[in-house]
Amino acid sequence: MRILRCGRRAALVEVDALEQVLGLHACLSEDPPPGLVQLIPASRTLLVEYDPGRIGFDQLATELRGREAGTQVLAAERELVVPVSYDGADLAEVAELTGLTEDEVVARHLAGRYRVAFCGFAPGFGYLDGLDPALHVPRRSTPRVRIPAGSVALAGDYTAVYPRESPGGWQLIGRTELELWDLANYPPTALTPGTAVRFVRA
Amino acid sequence: MIEVLTAGPLGTVQDLGREGLAHLGVGRSGAADRPAAALANRLVGNPGSAAVLELTLGGLHVRLERGVLAALTGAPCPVTVSGRAVGSHAPFWVHAGEQLRVGAPVRGLRSYLAVRGGVAVEPVLRSRSTDLLSGLGPPPLAPGMVLPIGEDRLDWPAADLAPQAELPEVPTLSVLPGPRLDWFAADALRVLCARPYVVSGDSNRIGVRLTGAALPRLVERQLPSEAVVSGAVQVPPSGQPIVFLADHPVTGGYPVIGVVDEVPAAAQVRPGQQVRFRVAKP
Repeated sequence: MRILRCGRRAALVEVDALEQVLGLHACLSEDPPPGLVQLIPASRTLLVEYDPGRIGFDQLATELRGREAGTQVLAAERELVVPVSYDGADLAEVAELTGLTEDEVVARHLAGRYRVAFCGFAPGFGYLDGLDPALHVPRRSTPRVRIPAGSVALAGDYTAVYPRESPGGWQLIGRTELELWDLANYPPTALTPGTAVRFVRA
Repeated sequence: MIEVLTAGPLGTVQDLGREGLAHLGVGRSGAADRPAAALANRLVGNPGSAAVLELTLGGLHVRLERGVLAALTGAPCPVTVSGRAVGSHAPFWVHAGEQLRVGAPVRGLRSYLAVRGGVAVEPVLRSRSTDLLSGLGPPPLAPGMVLPIGEDRLDWPAADLAPQAELPEVPTLSVLPGPRLDWFAADALRVLCARPYVVSGDSNRIGVRLTGAALPRLVERQLPSEAVVSGAVQVPPSGQPIVFLADHPVTGGYPVIGVVDEVPAAAQVRPGQQVRFRVAKP
């Protein structure tokens, strides 16, 4: 674990693997050190924002190191089931890139057990970890200007559901009618880091 | 009600922003120069959470349906009410039906107009801020828009003037090194602080883009995206630094060499202006 200064109100904790990010995130959420303001996970790091009036960087670093041993990924409390119509515009291209048939791509995507690793790129856009390595494909060389909300997509090690209409470069394999982003709710999405996700055929 | 007649180059509604949703990919947003917005609220007796108008290079022309106490802070602009001049950084009255005009600032970039009671557009995720990166919150001001005035107010203000130090011609920003200083060549901080940088025209609420000496990288591999903070000095492959402001992305894929202490000052620099960096005391 490396603990790096990130201005006067945040520390960036760098670890070796996503497992440890999720473990530390769970551990700090369960048992927050004094002055903790907010936690922002990413693939190899956890940003820990703190109130410098309540805790100093060195004391925070001690608190973080003290939790290192105790971090373990807790079993996800909730599982979100996402029904998908596998008719995405890039399904044929993904099949070609992976050397699988379209049916095999779909079967492997359905067989995966996923977890929201972190959110980024756009509000509510959750990077889902757990994708079958056979389905790791590059982003499209030319991003699309408009991707409809609910598009189920692949890029690199991750799969995701576009929560809102947006531009994007991921490979589209399907679409869900499930509304994953609702501004009338607070928080507006159920795809919080650590949540388990399973895809089923719509 | 505030009726927008002319919106100027860019006007948005801003408050303290959306706190605590960054882990869902929702950035904080909010006023770019937070102390200036807070002062505008104080001068009209609003709580700090009230929404104000953030004007970029002034240029606002509005009509007030009912009489209201107002104040302008941040970049000082000429302000007139029905043609009579009123000062900035001091509260003034606008009577029912009167028109308020804000000219262009002589120095600085962003001004804040507070009205007593606050701007009461519908909140989105508990904030009235416009986030220009994610598209959350109300649209930017446009002619014909009508903004309700709320009841977000405290006692009448005690102060009737808040003297301000003049904004510096070449502001100095203090950089606390890290988190990714070790991704840069050993002399990168010295290069950053050696000569002033020029503020680029494509700067916005997301960040201040700078042009000047390129910051040499040591580690060339790709950085997995990681969370960034306001004031972070991110360095893309061009080596030209960007100082993140209120609407910065939640995560970034380029290394951050340091974090600027004076985010409000960074929010006031305009295209063409110079800024200088120095290494902050730890």
